[in-house]
Amino acid sequence: MNLLQTILILAAAFLAVFGEATLGGLRQWLSAQVDLLPALMVYAALNADIVTLSLLAVFGGLWFDALSANPPGVSILPLFAVGYVIWLQRELILRELPFAQLVLGAMASAVAPALSVLVLLTIGQQPLLGWGSLWQWLVMTGGGAVATPVVFVLFDWCNHALGYKPQTETSFRPDREIRRDKKLKYE
Amino acid sequence: MLKQKHYIALGAVTLATLLLLSLPPRATSRLKLVVGSWFLPLFGLAGTAQQLPVTAADAVLPRRELLRQLEALRRENDRLRAQALQAAAMARENDQLRALFGWQRQTPWKLKLANVVMRDPANWWHTVQIDLGTRDGVRENLPVLTTDGLVGRVSSVSYTHAQVVLISDPYCKVSAIVENPAHDMGIISPGGPLDNSFVELSYLSGNANLQAGQNVITSGLGGVFPKGIPIGQIVDARPVDFGLYTEARVKLAVGLGSLEQVWVLFP
Repeated sequence: MNLLQTILILAAAFLAVFGEATLGGLRQWLSAQVDLLPALMVYAALNADIVTLSLLAVFGGLWFDALSANPPGVSILPLFAVGYVIWLQRELILRELPFAQLVLGAMASAVAPALSVLVLLTIGQQPLLGWGSLWQWLVMTGGGAVATPVVFVLFDWCNHALGYKPQTETSFRPDREIRRDKKLKYE
Repeated sequence: MLKQKHYIALGAVTLATLLLLSLPPRATSRLKLVVGSWFLPLFGLAGTAQQLPVTAADAVLPRRELLRQLEALRRENDRLRAQALQAAAMARENDQLRALFGWQRQTPWKLKLANVVMRDPANWWHTVQIDLGTRDGVRENLPVLTTDGLVGRVSSVSYTHAQVVLISDPYCKVSAIVENPAHDMGIISPGGPLDNSFVELSYLSGNANLQAGQNVITSGLGGVFPKGIPIGQIVDARPVDFGLYTEARVKLAVGLGSLEQVWVLFP
């Protein structure tokens, strides 16, 4: 388990939840707030281990629920379900391709809030739903889709800047160097 | 081993979720307060960052502009003083009349100003958090308003912050009356998830005579909101349930999308 990567992912989730709660620009323009946790979950599912994935689902979901009117625990299982399915299929996914990241981000951002609402309705809550919720769902899907490749780029940059660089082996061997002197060269 | 590990993770997360969802309400609110308090340093940082441009702008404001603003504020102060004098005279007259009729005397409102520090990150709730908590005497179900009208009520409180459920949320039901000759009475319920500047006034009587532009205020019934807080104005009305009831669309007096400061009303 790469501890640095786990810490980075959890820190990003913490900041993402805080940003969603305090930055209202997109909400005022589009009447919907984009959730960045599914995008982070896609990154974690493709690049981290199952422990990091579980930690992200538990803490990310708990932080989100703590700042919203959701009962605590509502967002955990939907996030984990999305990440778990991607994690199971990770060997088959072309994770380096931005298009694949975009599609996965869109799917995760569409499924996670839908499952959250399902959980809310199952436990007897009455969330504010209507035809306008379809628009909000589309904005969340689109926003999550756009955010996912950005998350990949940011984490690649962070890992490159903060992680250990692998020692590359060179083919140069000093004992096999052909020594030439000037005399021999210009004869 | 790898397979076992991911089954263990699946089981652990499911168990944690079920455990959290089955917690009693008291433990649930405590847990939310504890987890929410992790964000307090960030709230402090965000508040400071928001104040920085204001402080910088104040520092470079020219003297002429400051004098102009001072003059405008002096004039407004004089006007408000005259209004306050008139209101005091009216209040005295009101008290005398109430005493004559033997009605209970109205108590003046005690208000405390609060900053809106956060909005609900979920799209299916309309709540905000304010920077007043139990240390400031805030408790659940206190009404929250602005100078324009009703905003909502306090739904949960921590030591430093409180969550306010807005009037456009399904969990904020308000008994309201229309300021028309019949004083038609109904219940305010949410309008829709997209536009939080409109709400529905439902359970009005079938023969309610509603006109666009009529004011809607709190009725004082229910014990949470005192009577007379402006809610908004009637936009249109339609009969429902084969004319048994009337439902009206109400344009809220307060712009809930751009709340920055609100008043908490203490009894």
